[in-house]
Amino acid sequence: MPDHNESALSRWPVLRQVKNLDPLGLSNSAVSPRTESLAARTKKVDKVAASVCPYCAVGCGQLVYVKDEKIIDIEGDPASPISHGTLCPKGAATFQLVTGSNRVTNVLYRRPYGTKWETIPLDKAMDMVAERVKKTRDANWEGKSENGEPLRRTMAIAHLGGATLDNEENYLIKKLFTGLGIIQVENQARI
Amino acid sequence: MGTSFGRGGATTFPQDLQNSDVIVIEGSNMAECHPVAFRWVMKARERGATIIHVDPRFTRTSAVANMHVPIRAGSDIAFLGGIIHYIVENERYFKEYVVNYTNAPAIINDEFRDTEDLDGLFGGWEKDKGQYKTSTWMYKGVDPEAAAGARESESGNKGEPVQKNPIQAEHTDPTLQDPRCVFQILKRHFSRYTPEMVEEACGVPKDLLLKVAETLCKNSGPERTGAFCYAVGWTQHSAGVQYIRTAAIIQLLLGNIGRPGGGIMALRGHASIQGSTDIPTLYNLLPGYLLMPKAKHDKDLETYLKLNESPSGWWGEFPKYFVSLMKAWFGDAATKEHDWCYDYLPTLTGDHSHMNTVVDMADGAVKGYFVMGENPVVGSMNGPLQRKGLRALDWLVVRDFQLIETAEFWREAPEIERGEVRSEDIGTEVFFFPAAAHTEKDGSFTNTQRLLQWHHKAIEPAGDSRSELDFVFKLGQRMKALYRDEYDQPRNWPIRDLTWDYPTKGPAQEPDAEAVLFEINGYTVSDRKAVEGYTSLKDDGSTASGCWIYSGCYRDGTNQTARRKPQGEQSWVAPEWAWAWPHNRRILYNRASADPEGKPWSERKRLVWWDEQKGEWVGEDEPDFILKRPPSYRAVENARGKETISGVDPFIMQADGKGWIYVASGLQDGPLPTHYEPQESVIPNPLYGQSCNPLRMEWKREDNPYHRPYSDPRFPFALTTYRLTEHHTAGGMSRWLSWLSELQPEMFCEISPELAVERGLRNGGWATIRTSRAEIEARVLVTNRLRPLRIRGRIVHQIGVPYHWSSKGLVRGDAANDLISFVGDPNVSIQESKALTADIRAGRRSKGRRHVTSGPIVPEIDLKAEERDLPQVRHKPETRHGYKAEETKEGNI
Amino acid sequence: MAAGKGFFTDTTICIGCKACEVACKQWNQLPDDGFTFTGMSYDNTVHLGASTWRHVAFIERPVALSNQDAGDFSWLFSSDVCKHCARAGCLESCPTGAIIRTEFDTVYVQPDICNGCGYCVVNCPFGVIDRREDDGRAWKCTLCYDRLKEDMTPACAKACPTESIQFGDLDDLRQRARNRIDQLHEQGMSEAYLYGASKEDQPGTEGLNAFFLLLDKPEAYNLPPDPIVPTKTVKDAWKSMGLAVVGMAVTAIGSVLLAGNGARR
Repeated sequence: MPDHNESALSRWPVLRQVKNLDPLGLSNSAVSPRTESLAARTKKVDKVAASVCPYCAVGCGQLVYVKDEKIIDIEGDPASPISHGTLCPKGAATFQLVTGSNRVTNVLYRRPYGTKWETIPLDKAMDMVAERVKKTRDANWEGKSENGEPLRRTMAIAHLGGATLDNEENYLIKKLFTGLGIIQVENQARI
Repeated sequence: MGTSFGRGGATTFPQDLQNSDVIVIEGSNMAECHPVAFRWVMKARERGATIIHVDPRFTRTSAVANMHVPIRAGSDIAFLGGIIHYIVENERYFKEYVVNYTNAPAIINDEFRDTEDLDGLFGGWEKDKGQYKTSTWMYKGVDPEAAAGARESESGNKGEPVQKNPIQAEHTDPTLQDPRCVFQILKRHFSRYTPEMVEEACGVPKDLLLKVAETLCKNSGPERTGAFCYAVGWTQHSAGVQYIRTAAIIQLLLGNIGRPGGGIMALRGHASIQGSTDIPTLYNLLPGYLLMPKAKHDKDLETYLKLNESPSGWWGEFPKYFVSLMKAWFGDAATKEHDWCYDYLPTLTGDHSHMNTVVDMADGAVKGYFVMGENPVVGSMNGPLQRKGLRALDWLVVRDFQLIETAEFWREAPEIERGEVRSEDIGTEVFFFPAAAHTEKDGSFTNTQRLLQWHHKAIEPAGDSRSELDFVFKLGQRMKALYRDEYDQPRNWPIRDLTWDYPTKGPAQEPDAEAVLFEINGYTVSDRKAVEGYTSLKDDGSTASGCWIYSGCYRDGTNQTARRKPQGEQSWVAPEWAWAWPHNRRILYNRASADPEGKPWSERKRLVWWDEQKGEWVGEDEPDFILKRPPSYRAVENARGKETISGVDPFIMQADGKGWIYVASGLQDGPLPTHYEPQESVIPNPLYGQSCNPLRMEWKREDNPYHRPYSDPRFPFALTTYRLTEHHTAGGMSRWLSWLSELQPEMFCEISPELAVERGLRNGGWATIRTSRAEIEARVLVTNRLRPLRIRGRIVHQIGVPYHWSSKGLVRGDAANDLISFVGDPNVSIQESKALTADIRAGRRSKGRRHVTSGPIVPEIDLKAEERDLPQVRHKPETRHGYKAEETKEGNI
Repeated sequence: MAAGKGFFTDTTICIGCKACEVACKQWNQLPDDGFTFTGMSYDNTVHLGASTWRHVAFIERPVALSNQDAGDFSWLFSSDVCKHCARAGCLESCPTGAIIRTEFDTVYVQPDICNGCGYCVVNCPFGVIDRREDDGRAWKCTLCYDRLKEDMTPACAKACPTESIQFGDLDDLRQRARNRIDQLHEQGMSEAYLYGASKEDQPGTEGLNAFFLLLDKPEAYNLPPDPIVPTKTVKDAWKSMGLAVVGMAVTAIGSVLLAGNGARR
């Protein structure tokens, strides 16, 4: 067993091999302290969140391992009757999807006729979008058709997206947009 | 599937595929696109099942199948029709099942005329309207006006409208001999779909067809079952719904629905695509497949309910679900006196689906656009037209993980690269909001098997990243604040009364997703206790429920979708893992797994049966039937709603309780599937003068040019698009990941060695692929996995093109969908992207032109567009954007 | 020593999805190998290397499989990996002791010891182990040594959707493999055979702890038909010469110094 108090020289594997009469380095003498203390990083975590793969619709179970508020590993959930702990390459790459440097974390804004993105605060952007929804809705309201049929809507605002979103999110989208009179709400199910 | 069986969802679940004796995978590349679900196919194969893959290409699915059947893209109805022909002509159907559980014995109206009589048209074509008068397809003796008036088709449920027709056959012939019964009509309809004809239409050698048909027949009956698996290879056609219908007919004839190892497995491509139709982000639906009101017909609540409530079958419950939805949305304001706020709902005046929205956008009618978790300039057809639309907007909101092509259309696009469009000239204001990942939010996905699975938040999202839940919730709060001073106007009352007081939590004060799920489940208004399921919902305003089919997902006040009892600690059905709609049932219509007396058809294939002692249905799955209704029950006269469902009616959502071989009402383009050619084909229709689906949606616009219907000399090859295992759809979740990008690092096309020789294409070299819409370049993969087909003595080459790439990400390439025009299925407005014509040349694209901004790419020739249709179908009424059937008085959209 | 562990890769149920490649990269946090389209079927990572420890081979061939009705064609997939040879050339040639045989009878490179001399690279008869360009050190599959220590399944085997990659005790795996061969032969798949499942099968390596069930000759999968660990013969010679321990040490020191220079280049 390597002694952590040994000098640097004594840790040099060749010397250890010589000392331990193990010239081929095939027994324990060659084991470094790092190797000795090797352990799966998922063993000591703060939290394991049960999750579901976000790619296709098979719905494989995932386990998300969290340490110090950071995701350190994502792999299949063996408990899932659908996937038995397995994942496809996309599912197996989920860690990179959610932790990768690809992700943008600021709100970006492009002015009309602009040539670059600008960073703007989230709250301000939300206010701006809300104002635009109101302005567009008010300016393009259809109360009745030419034949007098009730329309109660605006055709000037549309939405796309939903198949990658949660049910709860789709529900609020449909609820809010219907309440606003926006009927052109669509998603990938048709695309 | 809705029209055939009653519900627009897969009838089974992947784990059940291990019980199959034969599995036909067609219109799907399951091993590549759903590898983990394919695990269960491999289990079946190891148990001795025969796996058959029918596909234009030899894919990773074909590689491990027992049989691969190469087929011309876009000819599946002819192929499946050939199987129906074989089953019927050789009397190989499961007679007892067919007679008792399907509408095969129903007698049809004397007026009905088949496509066999009218060269590809059904009877009832209305020349001036450009659509069918579908009442001529009705059951004999049923008042077509009453029936059709009450309920017609509905669009938009991912290819499978939900059927709610209040019709029941008045006359039947259980011997199936009456020439006007469904069975005999079916027999005549497919009489010309012979093995020889299949060979001509599909390029499938007739021996191969016979082998497939025989394998299916051999593996059906009381002791054996077979399953079909399909995906967008079937839905994305101008007759997509009818592709699925053809498989449904086979499965009904062979007695494969509702039984273990049977069924039709719809394989969806996004984590919650089933969920996004159940709780629809679709224009024509309200949650739970309730229809959006239509301006012309649904004048008031009374009319709306009358038109939607079915006097027979489960849809008799309609008012309970609608009223509960209105209570969930508008709370105390939704009272009986105020018609439950019915007049808060906007109304439809036609088809408002995605492609129409895009052309409206290009024409300047749409000002503001939200795009959440989708990349339409890559994933949708005719990308250049999509971008033209975005350029015409006032404002655009994109929510995604990174700057996808849709967010950057104003600075990175082929037409900008070519200098045809300048950023400085684009007036669209663009907001990009970073989205939270599934690991950064609580919520549920509904997977391909109708299973709602909860995912728990693992960490807080970084920076300004937020969930869509948070975004929409806070946008709603702002809308209420902005309109507070204008609540005197009726148009703003829905905003005022919208229930929007969700509890919030966490550092970002995000709404509690479980509170939203609780509302979806439903509750009793007085004490806000969760209801047990949709059977508890009322039409008197005492209950609220955001989506009736999901009712039960919060049963007992606990989140049932978060249940995770491990596999191995429960049966193979795993009923305690998450929660499936409806009512946690895993195999739909499972009453059909027992014979008419309620006994399992066989020990080997038992699932649900009638327990005489207990007086209820029992088994391994939750019975998809009225629990205590005995097999002997028959409806009394004047029964209404669910009291009309007899003990031998497994398809409880259908008005007559039967599986529909023949769809008397509910589809716009025919009660039986008919082979039509794609909008752009390499051959003329070998069966009918009516070449294409007469009801297909077309957009005849300068920015959406079509090819000749067939044999266009400029575009001699068939082209089909698809996905690869290593990437995801339009690439937003894969092209930015090094681990996936290195596995398929570049846009490529797949061609046969024969085509390579013909066009001088070299493996690993470059090719330019061209349609009248665009020219793109791709690396060339020459492979024997693509084989030329022999059709009518001539060789047909097919080009395969994956569609994952575009101008951004770690790996880049041209977008395949730029090649494709807007054409759609009339029932569900899904685009046709799986079969078209194209040209291919060696070398890199000379210019990368796009018709929308570059003008014509190829010399114009006489298009002979009229050859798509019989004379009486030509010159359909034009609307503002291309052709779309006008609303009928039946409420057709 | 715990029971020997290894992989049995049954290529008849591989669907070529490459989940193993990605799961391996994820667990071991490996970089990509560059983004190059090869035109070689669906194989764009080409071979095992310093940052690709699982690699799926794609073989398109003009021969039908005996259980398949698909014309004169078949497409074979096989997930390749370090074989963890019973006689491991890499280990035996490593002058620094960086490469060890673990208590699971697997072969592990200790990155903190490896100095990048590269002797192991030339001594692997399969061309598995490889030096990374940036730090010069040698890397290969660890058989998820860190996971094994916690009684966890290696990442690739755990992810494999169809269980083509099976992990377990070697004795058990070998029995399973033999049963599988019998079953396939009974089903008429006479082309199925085991590669490296035992010492007798493959004397040059004395058997592989990661062995395969194949459907075509080894060369089709880019595997050597008769691999021989180079050090096997060399070492026998050394022993007969009765080299002194001190002499060995001198040789080792010399090689370390030389290799150190090499690594810094």
